[in-house]
Amino acid sequence: MYKKPLPRPTLESKEFWEGCKRHELLIQRCRDCGSYRHYPRLLCPKCNSENTEWVKVSGKGQVYTWAIAVQPFHPGFAEDVPYAMVIVELEEGVRLMTNIADSRPEDLYIGMPVEVVFDDVAEEVTLPKFKPAGK
Amino acid sequence: MRSVSIIGIGTTPFSVLEGKSLKEIATMACVEAINDARIAKEDIQTFYLGNYCSGILVGQETIAPLVANSVGLRKETPCTKIEGACCSAGIAFRDAFLMVAAGVCDFALAAGVEKMTSVSTAKATEGLASAMDQEYEARTGLTFPGFFAMVARRHMYEFGTTIEQLGMVSVKNHNNGVVNPRARFRNKVTLDEVMNSRLIADPLKLYDCCPISDGAAAAVLCPTEIARQFTDKPIEIVGSAHTLGYATMYEMDSVTTILPTVLAAKQAFEMAGLKPGDIDVAELHDCFTMAEIVDSEDLGFFEKGRGGPAVEEGLTQVGGKIAINPSGGLLSKGHPVGATGIGQVYEIVKQLRGEHENQVRGAEIGLAHNLGATGQVATVHILRRR
Ligand SMILES: [Zn+2]
Repeated sequence: MYKKPLPRPTLESKEFWEGCKRHELLIQRCRDCGSYRHYPRLLCPKCNSENTEWVKVSGKGQVYTWAIAVQPFHPGFAEDVPYAMVIVELEEGVRLMTNIADSRPEDLYIGMPVEVVFDDVAEEVTLPKFKPAGK
Repeated sequence: MRSVSIIGIGTTPFSVLEGKSLKEIATMACVEAINDARIAKEDIQTFYLGNYCSGILVGQETIAPLVANSVGLRKETPCTKIEGACCSAGIAFRDAFLMVAAGVCDFALAAGVEKMTSVSTAKATEGLASAMDQEYEARTGLTFPGFFAMVARRHMYEFGTTIEQLGMVSVKNHNNGVVNPRARFRNKVTLDEVMNSRLIADPLKLYDCCPISDGAAAAVLCPTEIARQFTDKPIEIVGSAHTLGYATMYEMDSVTTILPTVLAAKQAFEMAGLKPGDIDVAELHDCFTMAEIVDSEDLGFFEKGRGGPAVEEGLTQVGGKIAINPSGGLLSKGHPVGATGIGQVYEIVKQLRGEHENQVRGAEIGLAHNLGATGQVATVHILRRR
């Protein structure tokens, strides 16, 4: 059973999580100024426009920074320590706070090429994670 | 706006305050500040109480009226709890300042309090974790040490900052805390001890992290034009700012710059007509060793990337270019989350009065910097001896 906190899709985030369920990484893009944004939200942080589209992105990017949690905050992560906390920067320029699959934490480095994988952690929820590109 | 000065300060030690409640420690700090100001408690016309999460930590909300009644403020007095995570007290102080500056009232009481050690570490951790975005950050297992560990990894990558330079912040601040009776840890540590302490969030180790604590601190503010009636050593608030940063870590343009600190520093220095080089003593938000280095750059004391070498060269020690955290900082003094910002003001006022246990010689201008959550909110206050 999945013991970690699960996202609860809402007005702003429903499309994102439904995309994950279909194993598609969807990122919001402003139809007025063209800028991408993540986390999902109603207004563009650059120009305040509500005119938004969801774009299926490549899911390719690189590690922006990372650290290893030895002491977890949430008890659901206790079995995973040490685990990596990672920020990935996508080719489209936006970043995500995420987790790494299929890689030992000690192999991580800033600039490491990664690509999205989807982890079906519960019946209703799929989480986007990343793995070393081409592996 | 009128000029505003601090005429009274009070605090508890930042420590494990066994057998004392949140209400009691807040009351102790407030009464001490009112007595220090040599006014009557009936003179207080507004009360702001900084606190982060008393609801989770001690099961008590609506604490501002509780504490106000315990202190004995008049029933007409408006009381407000202010919450901005680790920056709660900095904001409470700022709002009290604004009320006096705007001429709404003459005597304002600002305080901060947190009671953290009476619950399990798991419960305290749960409380702290709720200061970050739950859906996209906490869900991935992000922790607060993890936040600054990721800042550290990137700072090292971009600027060549070393893990030893981080460790030197801890050595310096523990050394400063030895003579501070308000500090939770009053022992020196060596660089070896820091480097060999256990990992918390790689690359940060135990001694890179501040301890949770119980504690309360308070200050009484009044218009500068009448301050000398109450004290020989009024301390004027010459700069004050409270700013907003990004909601999440991954949205920051660069994680090696904490935007609200930069913006608050700019505002506060402009208001004061001063520049970073004018500051004699500073209390910075060193929740982690990495934070003090980033703060020292974002506030303009050192160029971006030069904060690490500055520590190594001793520039931030008492007697150096700019004395940073002569109180011992959060690292040694402890971090009762909602009290910390006014705890910093307390330390700066003692310095500017020339009464500090770790006195910076001739200190005339001081700065207090308080940071909240995952870099979401900051306050900067510049204080000056008159
Ligand atoms: Zn836009």
